[in-house]
Amino acid sequence: MKIRNKEDATKTELSMTSMIDVVFLLLIFFILTFKIVELEGDFGIKMPLAGSSASTMDDFDVPIKLRMEADTDGNLTRMRLNEIDLGTNFDTLRGTITQLVGNQAGPDAEDGGPEVEIDTDFNLRYEYVIAAITHVSGRKDGDQIVKLVEKIKFAAPRR
Amino acid sequence: MRVKKENAEIAEADLTPMIDMVFQLIAFFMVLINFAQTESHDEVKLPSSQLIKPPDQPFEFPIVLHITQDATVYLGGKDYTAETLARGLKMELAVAAAQQMGPSDANVIIRAHRNTAAGEVQEVIRACQALDFVNFGLRAKEDLGQKGPG
Repeated sequence: MKIRNKEDATKTELSMTSMIDVVFLLLIFFILTFKIVELEGDFGIKMPLAGSSASTMDDFDVPIKLRMEADTDGNLTRMRLNEIDLGTNFDTLRGTITQLVGNQAGPDAEDGGPEVEIDTDFNLRYEYVIAAITHVSGRKDGDQIVKLVEKIKFAAPRR
Repeated sequence: MRVKKENAEIAEADLTPMIDMVFQLIAFFMVLINFAQTESHDEVKLPSSQLIKPPDQPFEFPIVLHITQDATVYLGGKDYTAETLARGLKMELAVAAAQQMGPSDANVIIRAHRNTAAGEVQEVIRACQALDFVNFGLRAKEDLGQKGPG
């Protein structure tokens, strides 16, 4: 049988314009709200108010004292670790801590390992404190982090 | 003179590759965008550290304190000083108490600007300790290899 009424092969064309409009709007929205995420992490510090808890427990277990001195602009001028003068070199700090801690139980020990008390001048810039905590708490060995000291506390602020 | 009229053809560009590219770009930005981790504060530039790694699991009861260079402390959109911070912290504790959580369950996350005076940060920590907060986190960003302290 022959079909007579063959329909016209009309090409249905989508109108792309409106879609492209919307798509560009979306694109601009995502570009503008885009922000490169910087990885952030915390140095966890357990620090109850001094003298409130079991401070009498380990009177003999004196913390390692790190004294940080600053000039008026807040720059680091000198560090002393248990009266050992370290200058401003953080690598020396790490080396000295490694020596001091090396013969003691590590952070995995039952009592949490050795403790470092940081005593800074009031106006020392905070980034130096973080740098000191970084160098005291461990070092990076490839991708592995080797822990040195986990217990860190602050001395009373100096006004 | 007779001008031969050309066929009025509409020159249509092929839009397919462009749309492909644009969709790819949209997909890229959609995947990378994250609204959830916007804890940051415009005035706070964190110090960097090599030993930083992101926490394995989110904290149960975090209190994020932003400390700017001039030692203003931001907590939940309001600004305090180290002296007046106790008021804001007490409000947080009141919220936590409704969920049977106390100050010892909280993690106080301190996001201080890298140039803030260390003493100011310590004052803030003191203010928290006075309200029996025990767990602190000093936040830093991952060091991407640039030189500098840390």
